[in-house]
Amino acid sequence: MKYVDEYRDGRLAGAIAERIAAEAARGRDYYFMEFCGGHTHAISRYGLEDLLPANIRMIHGPGCPVCVLPIGRIDHAIRLAERPEITLCTYGDLMRVPGPHGTSLLKAKAAGADIRMVYSTLDALRIAEAEPSREVVFFAIGFETTTPPTALAIRIADKKRLKNFSIFCNHVITPAAIASILDHPDVRTLGAIRIDGFIGPAHVSTVIGTQPYKFFAEEYEKPVVVAGFEPLDVMQAILMLVRQVNDGRHEVENEYIRAVTEEGNLKAQSEVAEVFELREAFEWRGLGIVPYSALRLREAFAQYDAERRFPVVTEPVRDNPACECGAILRGVKRPTECRLFGTACTPETPIGSCMVSAEGACAAHWTYGRFREDTAASVGQRAAS
Amino acid sequence: MNVTQKISKPYRRKLDLANGRVDLSHGSGGRAMAQLIADIFHNALDNDWLRQGNDQAAFDAPSGRMVMSTDGYVVSPLFFPGGDIGSLAVHGTINDIAMAGARPLHLSASFIIEEGFALADLDRIAQSMGKASREAGVPVVTGDTKVVERGKADGVFITTAGVGVVPAGIELSGDRARPGDTVILSGTLGDHGIAVMSKRQNLEFETQILSDSAALHGLVADIVATAGPWLRAMRDPTRGGLAATLNELAYQSGVGFRIEEDAIPVKPEVAAACELLGLDPLYVANEGKLIAIVAPEGGAAALAAMKRHPLGCDAAIIGEAVADERRFVQMVTAFGGGRIVDWLSGEQLPRIC
Amino acid sequence: MCLAIPARVTELLADGMARISLDGVTKVVSVALVDDVRVGDYIVLHVGYALAKIDEVEAERTLALLREAAGSLALAEAAS
Repeated sequence: MKYVDEYRDGRLAGAIAERIAAEAARGRDYYFMEFCGGHTHAISRYGLEDLLPANIRMIHGPGCPVCVLPIGRIDHAIRLAERPEITLCTYGDLMRVPGPHGTSLLKAKAAGADIRMVYSTLDALRIAEAEPSREVVFFAIGFETTTPPTALAIRIADKKRLKNFSIFCNHVITPAAIASILDHPDVRTLGAIRIDGFIGPAHVSTVIGTQPYKFFAEEYEKPVVVAGFEPLDVMQAILMLVRQVNDGRHEVENEYIRAVTEEGNLKAQSEVAEVFELREAFEWRGLGIVPYSALRLREAFAQYDAERRFPVVTEPVRDNPACECGAILRGVKRPTECRLFGTACTPETPIGSCMVSAEGACAAHWTYGRFREDTAASVGQRAAS
Repeated sequence: MNVTQKISKPYRRKLDLANGRVDLSHGSGGRAMAQLIADIFHNALDNDWLRQGNDQAAFDAPSGRMVMSTDGYVVSPLFFPGGDIGSLAVHGTINDIAMAGARPLHLSASFIIEEGFALADLDRIAQSMGKASREAGVPVVTGDTKVVERGKADGVFITTAGVGVVPAGIELSGDRARPGDTVILSGTLGDHGIAVMSKRQNLEFETQILSDSAALHGLVADIVATAGPWLRAMRDPTRGGLAATLNELAYQSGVGFRIEEDAIPVKPEVAAACELLGLDPLYVANEGKLIAIVAPEGGAAALAAMKRHPLGCDAAIIGEAVADERRFVQMVTAFGGGRIVDWLSGEQLPRIC
Repeated sequence: MCLAIPARVTELLADGMARISLDGVTKVVSVALVDDVRVGDYIVLHVGYALAKIDEVEAERTLALLREAAGSLALAEAAS
């Protein structure tokens, strides 16, 4: 695959790893957060942590839109799907996310709800056109990468005057999430969680550009390197972060220059601005209520908003008190530090979303890394050495 | 001609294969069912046993250890690039018999058909089964047909069972892998799963990839002939892919496995389709491949035998069994890093994240 | 997050759609979010929509940087 295989060249990996080890200063640790779940997945899938020197630690961030969706929203989606007139279309990622009382979209489907897995909003639109007697609701999730496709779907539905298409909107904003992490007392207080720099998301950045990260670099004095998705991209970005930290710089750098520009995709941004507006507040699993961090449809497009079109009564749902997804999403705890990890909470019986999503920190560790037996003790040893 | 003479030669309308549909009378045991069985199934699967027209098939017991296997086939869509539910039903059960090192002898086939199913499709499936059966040299000697109401079966469900005989001295079992054993994969991963997925509603894409559905008993016979004494176990990585199979074997044998990502053959188009949908080829189903666990002294011979056979031309040694109480399947990535290849919980679903 | 893959545009279609090919796998997707897409361009594909074009020159530059990072160590070792 062109523009993919070249950035997966294993022969270069070892050499870049040696370069990182050579430049990482002895006697200090580097803590880098990869914000984006796709980077978490790449790091686990390729075993990149094995190639890094012991004094570089990767902290997994909350950039996984499935992981940060509160249980209440899954509950809401299930209730929509259970209405006999509604066909709920969803991306595959959401099918197994646990709702309250052990429910999930997959289980609701087994019980008879009309839930259909789709690859794209285009498929949902096709279903709406082909089945005019069905009320098609698209379960919209994702960061800024996935929002333009939803915006365009609304435009297409509007142009075609579709009367039976709407979305259940759970789109969230990256910079707000980064701010929420950096503003958290655990991070701002000295001596608690340390983050020396960020690997910025790849495809969110194709849309929003590198411009929005300048604020974080300046205000919080943390370097940000936007990295492509492939393992060599991630390694190169880590090298660039090490160099910034060593130099005492805190700039926004772009490793993914082949797809990301400073201004991003202006057309996509304007489509989103036409159709969506910011919600004053939105609940994130693990981060609590974050102001101006999520989107809803503008008044002009209210007819396409499933929340307004199909009022649903939901009860507030609490997360399992022993579930440490919140702390894990903020990078405060590692999966192995959660009491439920590997016992009550496994990929077969997930309690929290970190275990369900393919790129959640817990799923990644369980699936790819648990043979390393990374216990709290060994973390302490490494940090002290 | 008087009335009695006329009635004794009843006018029998031919089955309308072009436009006809299965209805409940075809399952009720009466004339309609007999006609369906004769015109479609016996026609396609033709052999001495079926011509006898009994509810069972009698044959002499071969000498030696016998093997029996059964499987239900519910694949959707029924017709996919490179095969259909019929050929799959023949290949799949032949393969289960073959994985014991056995020579498959006979198959049975039972059909549960949904009311309203097109006769043209049923005929197509039966013809495909007949072709697969003849090419493999394994006849379908007995069968059964039932028809259920509309909505109670997804078109048609097929169950095949098979019997075979194991050559003397061969005793393969999933609990016989030992640390140091060589793991050999007979060819490229993921072809079947991707071919089927390309036709699934709302996930469609166009591809030249064909299902690898094939009868493996010929390949198995070659492996047994060349490397029989060193052969420990064989299994075909169907649902759940290579990952499921290796984890099963690890669990049964109480060992771990260490495999190399670089050594695993995957067609570029299959890799591309997996990237598109966010799938991992290690978990995608195969229907014409096998894993062989061979004592190290026999590894080279087994590999050579596979590569000489058309169904094993892409065979490769992908790793070895290791001592591991945790029974992990570990993989060295193309990057030189390490990861585990775990069981999947449930079916792999396409993802956007 | 946001699985996206570079794919080559093989045919432009009506209504802002296009056919793409990824090593022989083809699919009809939307290119309405990217201006001036031509046959032969590589786009970043996410959930059925092109989000950006791959800049060939910048891609080469990145590869050169990667090889340099890897190669400079070899040169240094060779010199020592």
